[in-house]
Amino acid sequence: MAKLDAPQPTNVIIQFQSDTGETVGPQLDVPHDVTPKQLETLLNGLLKQEEKLPYSFFVNEQQISDELGAHLLKNKVSVETALQVVYQPQAVFRVRPVSRCTASMPGHTEAVLAVQFSPDGRQLASGSGDTTLRLWDLGTQTPLRTCKGHRSWVLCVSWSPDAQMIVTGGMDGALWLWDPKTGNPIGCCKGHTKWITAVAWEPAHMALPCRRFVSGSKDTSIKVWDAQTRRCLMSMSSHTLAVTSVRWGGDGHIYSSSRDCCINVWDAQEGRLVRSLKGHGHWVNTLALSAEYALRTGAYDHTTTAPSDPKEAQAKALRRYEAARGGRLERLASGSDDFTMFLWEPATSSKPIARMTGHLQLINQVQFSPDGRWLVSVSFDKSIKLWDGVKGTFAATFRGHVGPVYQIAWSADSRLFVSGSKDSTLKVWEVSSKKLKLDLPGHADEVFTVDWSPDGSSVASGGKDQVLRIWRQ
Amino acid sequence: MPQGEHIELHRKRNGFRLDYHEKKRKKEARSVHKRAAFAQKALGLKAKMYSKKRHAEKATMKKTIAMHQQRDNKHKAEDGAPQSAVPAYLLEREQVDRAKVLSNTIKQKRKEKAGKWEVPLPKVRPVAEDEMFKVLHSGKRKKKAWKRMVTKVTFVGPSFTRKPPKYERFIRPSGLRMKKAHVTHPELKCTFCLDILGVKKNPNGQSYTQLGVITKGTVIEVNVSELGLVTPGGKVVWGKYAQVTNNPENDGCINAVLLV
Repeated sequence: MAKLDAPQPTNVIIQFQSDTGETVGPQLDVPHDVTPKQLETLLNGLLKQEEKLPYSFFVNEQQISDELGAHLLKNKVSVETALQVVYQPQAVFRVRPVSRCTASMPGHTEAVLAVQFSPDGRQLASGSGDTTLRLWDLGTQTPLRTCKGHRSWVLCVSWSPDAQMIVTGGMDGALWLWDPKTGNPIGCCKGHTKWITAVAWEPAHMALPCRRFVSGSKDTSIKVWDAQTRRCLMSMSSHTLAVTSVRWGGDGHIYSSSRDCCINVWDAQEGRLVRSLKGHGHWVNTLALSAEYALRTGAYDHTTTAPSDPKEAQAKALRRYEAARGGRLERLASGSDDFTMFLWEPATSSKPIARMTGHLQLINQVQFSPDGRWLVSVSFDKSIKLWDGVKGTFAATFRGHVGPVYQIAWSADSRLFVSGSKDSTLKVWEVSSKKLKLDLPGHADEVFTVDWSPDGSSVASGGKDQVLRIWRQ
Repeated sequence: MPQGEHIELHRKRNGFRLDYHEKKRKKEARSVHKRAAFAQKALGLKAKMYSKKRHAEKATMKKTIAMHQQRDNKHKAEDGAPQSAVPAYLLEREQVDRAKVLSNTIKQKRKEKAGKWEVPLPKVRPVAEDEMFKVLHSGKRKKKAWKRMVTKVTFVGPSFTRKPPKYERFIRPSGLRMKKAHVTHPELKCTFCLDILGVKKNPNGQSYTQLGVITKGTVIEVNVSELGLVTPGGKVVWGKYAQVTNNPENDGCINAVLLV
């Protein structure tokens, strides 16, 4: 009698398929103990690529992490028909996980509320409750400049995609523009009557050098400003409650979410309301765009270089944006106080693609991975959830924090992300293994803000304990 | 007893008496005088009851008047902004606003090593032994007097079983055993009902600490895991010390202040 416990067929017939559904090459007969590494070699040969590119492989949306046969057995996949193996290209570079605190930089005399690296990853700006914006020298990890101007807390900090300007929004309702080279104020935009909740720049592929930015405020209005003249170009006010988040999309739309449960899509040229996305049952807290990382970094890629000629830089920014979109329409994700998220395609329809449920508390932030394939949501229920960025299906839950999670930041290669929490720790998570990679204790109190530099070398975090910390490999 | 709504029916059919409203107004206007006359005239218990009732009425009246006036009063503008800076996503969310960094376990450990705390009640009244214990007489003729009953509140662990009577020198009455304490956080200024984990130190002596006697000034360890305090390492703090501020044996509950 044959062995009863060896029903594993020695060979499997597979068919490679790209993530948009096109088949590549003929059906292949591969041994069951083929590893993802070997599949990668196979695929690179089929695609006739000059240099080897890294790929990840999925069967029925489950990533293959070990031998193919073992994976099929574990997930009980039938091999009667040809197996569709979906491949997804990975970043050609790799960001190493941060593991230690290389600098804790005191200077702020109040809680640090917002931290952002410049798009080229060479500079760091932090806004604080002590009404100042501070610029830090990343090489020596020392304070560089202190920018004074605000009358109240600096709530949001945003670098322009060409790294020539910083705009900060304050509790006093004023917006200040700063020159990051000298730390001098360029000007002040006054117009909002209540505090600023969010700021976003016009993408670099639409206008370079960057001139326009949009701000949302507690006073329910959204204003578009000209950074050169410091004048308000447009003021949009159809929201009835505080605006919580604004984004400037890559296809000429401005998105705004509000506590009145709607998300509005505006035309960036005329300020016309294009459509209103309704679906949430409570405050909408946060928005995320699928190509947001490319919009933020503009023409700067992972090597932190950009063409000096504005025309070329603009073309490169457009290329990077198109690559991040990956042939699809721009997607928008929104997280809300009703514990759910929606995935929208705001360019075409006002109906959501997917509704994502599972969190047990309000969702504080959602963020697409830099390649737009994954979506991460953080919630006050102490958990972080990973979703498919295209279809909105659930992928994994990351548990480990003992307090509400406030913010996350992706690494540039979409393989890792770091989360900051009320429990005073940062944690680095890995997408492929869906596990905790590293625990980074060190802050003495709540971590309010965290950012991963676009060149991948360091993570900056700030919080209630008033120190800014830099974490590196 | 009237069997039907005769008056209402009559009024429906024929209307009010012509002088009804006038008489009613006058009677109401006169009623204050009538009440005052009664209040002056009444004596004894009747007067006492009446004045008490009147006092309560006046108090509620004043309250309602104040409530109505509040609408017109001018208030300081409440912007809802907490004292310490918070990011935009936490603005206008209900939060306990605390001023100081809470996680200071290192400090606590250092103090623990030294065996000293800076406690809210530095001095306590010493409790004499005959106040703490009651002598119980045992034996057939009740002439043995080696048994003691603790007359103060005690804490015993969850798996505690009494010793056989022959060996039980100290009896801790189950009516005076307590498991929970009302612990006030001095910075949050709020009180939580927390589980007691143990008695750390009774200022009256080591033997009382071992017995788990809780008197005023005793340092107890409480379970603070629901408060969500975190160490610098990101672990949840679950045991923290608190000092008892009342006389539990008199009050029937334990009030304590968290030592931070």
